[in-house]
Amino acid sequence: MQRIGVFVCWCGSNIAGTVDVQAVSDALKNEPGVVFSTDYQYMCSKTGQDLIQDAIKAHDLTGVVICSCSPRMHEATFRKTVAAAGLNPYMLEVANIREQCSWVHKDIKTGTQKAIVLARAAIAKVHLNAPLTPGETPVTKRALVIGGGIAGIQAALDIAEAGFPVDIVEKKPTIGGKMAQLDKTFPTLDCAACILTPKMVDAAQNENIRIFSYSEIAGISGFVGNFSVQIKRKARFVNEDLCTGCGACVEKCPMKKVPNEFNLGMDNRSAVYIPFAQAVPKVAVIDPDACNMLKNGKCGLCAKVCTAGAIDYKQRDEYIDEKYGAVVVATGFEPISLQKFDEYAYNSSKDVITSLEFERLTNAAGPTAGKLLRPSDGKHPEKIVFVQCVGSRCDGCSEKGKPYCSKICCMYTAKHAMLTRDKYPDTEVYVFYIDVRTPGKNFDEFYRRAVEEYGVHYIKGAVGKVTPENGKLLVQASDLIDNKQLLIDADLVVLAAAIEPDKSARPLATQLTASMDTNDFFTEAHPKLRPVESPTAGVFLAGACKGPKDIPETVSEASAAAAKVIGLLVKNKLTGNPCVASVDALLCSGCSACQNVCPYGAITYEEKEFRMPDGVKMRRAASVNPAVCQGCGCCTVACPSGAADLLGFTNRQIMAEVDAICR
Amino acid sequence: MPINEYKPLIVAFCCNWCSYAGADLAGNNRANYPCDVKIIRVPCSCRVNPMFILKAFQRGADGVILCGCHPGDCHYTSGNYFTRRRMAVLFSLLDFFGIERERTRVEWISAAEGAKFAATMNEFTKTVAALGENRRLEDLRCKK
Repeated sequence: MQRIGVFVCWCGSNIAGTVDVQAVSDALKNEPGVVFSTDYQYMCSKTGQDLIQDAIKAHDLTGVVICSCSPRMHEATFRKTVAAAGLNPYMLEVANIREQCSWVHKDIKTGTQKAIVLARAAIAKVHLNAPLTPGETPVTKRALVIGGGIAGIQAALDIAEAGFPVDIVEKKPTIGGKMAQLDKTFPTLDCAACILTPKMVDAAQNENIRIFSYSEIAGISGFVGNFSVQIKRKARFVNEDLCTGCGACVEKCPMKKVPNEFNLGMDNRSAVYIPFAQAVPKVAVIDPDACNMLKNGKCGLCAKVCTAGAIDYKQRDEYIDEKYGAVVVATGFEPISLQKFDEYAYNSSKDVITSLEFERLTNAAGPTAGKLLRPSDGKHPEKIVFVQCVGSRCDGCSEKGKPYCSKICCMYTAKHAMLTRDKYPDTEVYVFYIDVRTPGKNFDEFYRRAVEEYGVHYIKGAVGKVTPENGKLLVQASDLIDNKQLLIDADLVVLAAAIEPDKSARPLATQLTASMDTNDFFTEAHPKLRPVESPTAGVFLAGACKGPKDIPETVSEASAAAAKVIGLLVKNKLTGNPCVASVDALLCSGCSACQNVCPYGAITYEEKEFRMPDGVKMRRAASVNPAVCQGCGCCTVACPSGAADLLGFTNRQIMAEVDAICR
Repeated sequence: MPINEYKPLIVAFCCNWCSYAGADLAGNNRANYPCDVKIIRVPCSCRVNPMFILKAFQRGADGVILCGCHPGDCHYTSGNYFTRRRMAVLFSLLDFFGIERERTRVEWISAAEGAKFAATMNEFTKTVAALGENRRLEDLRCKK
């Protein structure tokens, strides 16, 4: 018989507000096996933990039940507490009477009853708990960073600085991400390229960093400390080691009418191209959909002019297998498609552009060499209307836009407005907004400068319709403060499109078994206390892949994720999860049912000796590799003879919980 | 809610990675649902042996709900696919027994769907309450 101690936490008024903790603690005193039961304001505090440890020693407890917040919150804390008092950490169960009781039920009477039932289930389970010891697995001392934007670059640099090898996998031909496309950055107006490109070069030159550009993740398996990853290097038809980036092929390529993705299709590039001047790696790539040589075997000019002999039309996709100890996801964002926003005439007029297109228009390396010219006729716009929240904060139109705030648009629009007025003081600039959101260091000051110093017209109200007419854009809008309708004949309309996670994020999350929210942003292990960790151990998150954010936030998250990765990689061994499957060889019939359902291949069959009444016999029996088993328990249900069981969640334990709840 | 409405006993099996976290999120957001729902944590929905569900009914549960990650999002890659198949078999067995179909349910609830968790539990409790007491599978010897 176990000697069980029950500790009921008040959690201040979080639990005590709707659960009579005293009554719970008293009711549980009479449960079989319970020798001690008490309540305290904060069990997780130092005093609370001391109380638990003292009780374990004083009452010689063999099992502990803590009625408190979710085990996802403090199970690990309390396991350490009981371990420090000499008890096996797995002789502890947590009854979740906060998230799943006091916070969701308002009535004290029923709340208290439910808390007692939940605690009884935990007590019933503890009766059947057995001490468990986790196994150890080695750690592969190499990190993988998925995405080569500013988040990925920063994370890779920080990990590499600590002395660990890092691989960056970037799907585009160059690293740099969205930041490489930006002109200036708010609120300091630093030039994006000036602060980003040195970091790109640092990454390329760091001997601990390998960059796989124009590559994708083809497959991931394994677990924390031991991920096996297959990287697909797409054929770029140019030998990366030989190409010097001279650009002779780009100049000679006759196929010059391919829309340039880097400038969002506002100008053209050739079929063989280098994405932009500061690209890293600065290696040309041939677009197989545009190249005549690859399509029908006619041309071959680039191969003729390449003095390095780097052009290779026969190159094929290449697959690389590598092992990693940790993965940083930094897949970033993209602006939403505005196809569905017909009211702004984005599809029908060239002069209605997105903010990212505006960014390219004002960039010195952009299609107009930094001159602000209308895409339709190349004239200088005299009146510009900026529309905020296009597709953001769109609750009623979820199939069209996004319910969340895209966070960065208020600030970059203030920047665009300010820069326009700075370069072209004769240009009138209007900004239509729902709210101006400027929480951040020097953000509000920046916005006020746009209004007060630069005379940007900020109008609270919505734009209803944009109609192209006689080379102008008629903007119908409402001014909510003056309560009147406005009609502005603008030359250029700039839409602050909502941002969404990159399309590659969803399939990646599936491969990593990392969870996502309903908007396809990665979810954190804890939104406040573990913000750069995914709930899946060994997978870390940085930047806009887990929600809209600006550059400083992205960089700090990248460094935070790197710190977490370094903390993992310095360990030589990881203690595993002891709640793994185990097979009772005596009951096992060797049928392979468990092996067939195991997603990890953790089950193997061995010939084992069994002592039978008529002598020793050899028979096939399953055995589980505890280092590979992740503890899902699928095999336990598949086993027809009940030989497979899951430690920590045994059949008997769960049945006991069911019994206790239904009692 | 009418005062004399039947208060059913509902056992919810929730996988640790999605649905249990979704239930925690419902708590964080103070999304109310009836306290008749009692949650049992399992590592994965595929850990739930159909025996557990039969056992719950035998012991007098009025409804059993099994919650896991959305298909394709299982923390263990494929566990919930097995759940889906096993439960299809169990449900046809329960149909054969003549147990009302609405007493058992499988739901996919992610860690981000606190609101869905609460809404599902509200709706399920209401459905089971309308069906009243589970008499067919309850083992009267288990009654006090």
